[in-house]
Amino acid sequence: MKDETAAIRLTDLVVGFGDNTVIDHLSLDVRRGEILGLVGASGGGKSVLLRTILGLLRKRSGSINILGANPDEVSPAAMRAIERHWGVLFQQGALFSSLTVRQNVEFPMREYLDLPPRLQSSVAITKLGMVGLSAVDAEKLPEELSGGMIKRAALARALALDPEIVFLDEPTSGLDPIAASDFDNLIKTLQKALGLTVFMVTHDLDSLATVCDRVAALADGKIVALGPMSTMLASEHPWVQAYFRGQRARNNAIV
Amino acid sequence: MESNDLLRWNARDGGQIEIEADGPWTVTNAAALDSLIDAAAQAAGTGPMIIDMHGVTAIDTFGACLIDRLVTPAKTNGRKVVFKGILDQHRSLLDAVARVSDHAPLIPKKPSPLASIEAFGRSLIELGNDTSALLVMLGAVTGALARVVRRPRSFRLTAAVHQFDRVGLQSVPIILLITFLIGAIIAQQGIFNFRKFGAETYAIDLVGILVLREIGVLIVSIMVAGRSGSSYTAEIGSMKMREEIDAIRTMGLDPIEILMLPRVLALVLALPMLTFIGSMSALVGGGLVSWLYGGMSIATYIARLRDAISVTHFEVGMLKAPFMALVIGVVACTEGLRVQGNTESLGLHTTESVVKSIFLVIVLDGFFAIFFASIGM
Repeated sequence: MKDETAAIRLTDLVVGFGDNTVIDHLSLDVRRGEILGLVGASGGGKSVLLRTILGLLRKRSGSINILGANPDEVSPAAMRAIERHWGVLFQQGALFSSLTVRQNVEFPMREYLDLPPRLQSSVAITKLGMVGLSAVDAEKLPEELSGGMIKRAALARALALDPEIVFLDEPTSGLDPIAASDFDNLIKTLQKALGLTVFMVTHDLDSLATVCDRVAALADGKIVALGPMSTMLASEHPWVQAYFRGQRARNNAIV
Repeated sequence: MESNDLLRWNARDGGQIEIEADGPWTVTNAAALDSLIDAAAQAAGTGPMIIDMHGVTAIDTFGACLIDRLVTPAKTNGRKVVFKGILDQHRSLLDAVARVSDHAPLIPKKPSPLASIEAFGRSLIELGNDTSALLVMLGAVTGALARVVRRPRSFRLTAAVHQFDRVGLQSVPIILLITFLIGAIIAQQGIFNFRKFGAETYAIDLVGILVLREIGVLIVSIMVAGRSGSSYTAEIGSMKMREEIDAIRTMGLDPIEILMLPRVLALVLALPMLTFIGSMSALVGGGLVSWLYGGMSIATYIARLRDAISVTHFEVGMLKAPFMALVIGVVACTEGLRVQGNTESLGLHTTESVVKSIFLVIVLDGFFAIFFASIGM
């Protein structure tokens, strides 16, 4: 990677609910311009970690540093300015159901920027074009879209403000293998064209193998293995071994 | 030669134009760049276009879209476009934008002058569909009831009791309060206005007849439609949304028998009970006002009430209650089943359910009034 400074730096992070500690003294750096894939067991805290980074859940202790700012230290206004530099793709897309696809993409622009309406819609149409949606799709309502199109539209909305970091929560879940591999390529292409840092929670072994620069494995509330696929395959941790050397991994010819 | 910080252009002879971009072409400057690009496009000429980008420090999709507004029309007109001094990563972004910008802008559909007539026609068809959907549901519930009567063991007693508790017992306090107030208000208005003729005692006739025949059952039905009908629609609607209804069907079971019948039956039993409680509460409210505001003793109130009302008035009110319940239950279940896949439609149909059932309850009450008048009750 060209720039070795961290886009996201998590230090000694602890998150839990009641007596249950989900994230236990976790530290992780996401480098600028890389695609980092986060894997972990279902219910193992991947989504909790993602939501904590996004500020949707409270942490018990530790620190989060995003693009050089610590949400605990900067003012709410400064934090909002930072939030403009990230985009989030939620698992179900989270498109606003009362707005058309184009209006969904324009929504963050309208809230944050003061642009002529014509430019706003032409940028929105361009972003939708980049994710592979046509101008006809742009005027549809979310309920008229298929699962794959919803993911694409949600990605276009996440990219609306030209973010530096994009968070993807299981971007290929619920897609057929062809749509999933298209989506992987799309992420890779956009990441190159726009110079994005991508933090991706995923279960998809193909995604991990094809698009991720590095993979982080979350088990027992900690990162137990971190590095490119070769590191994952060489890991001694039993859960990582089971995950990457199991039947499905063999079927996918990753090993 | 036009000049400013971000964009300069210079039209040459033979239609050639040299454009020089400078500074950050990012979203912060997008509004200013928008008008500059339009001005440059005006001056663009007809020959080759040379774009010098070596002064550009940064570019994002907004900037790329703006440059593309110059480049793509020129290219489609067969003009040559040359970039000078452009960084590789800027080039790849421009290419990515140019690849998708050839979509023709979508022209918004003009509303047809006949649109309102079309809408009227559609709403008539919709009305027909609504009516038939209600009748279908009524038939389905009746059919399920007939099956249950033949095989009483298939009746979901627990579900029906649970629903009766929710829509019947749990709404007693609010029904008591509302009908008490309505009774009090009718009595107060009656006494106030009849006093002019010295006929205050007739206010008691007014309270007695109005509450037992009409207001008691009507207020209770409207309350139940708002409180329980809406919750039926929301429950069944969210089950429909999450494919739970389909799951029941694929198990070879009948959702009407499992979900609708216990709910409708619970309502049909609960509404007469609530009507009785509500009417009594309204009479108490009327009596209290007659005593405190009208200065009549409780004994007078009761004696006068006994003269004014007969069992017929009470029967008329109570007979209507199960039919009101049937209407509310059937409308609520029908609307619940019409919910589509998204949450918006859930909200829409819940509102529809309440509006339709209140409307139908009032219409039905009108028919009952005519009916009872013509049979002399």
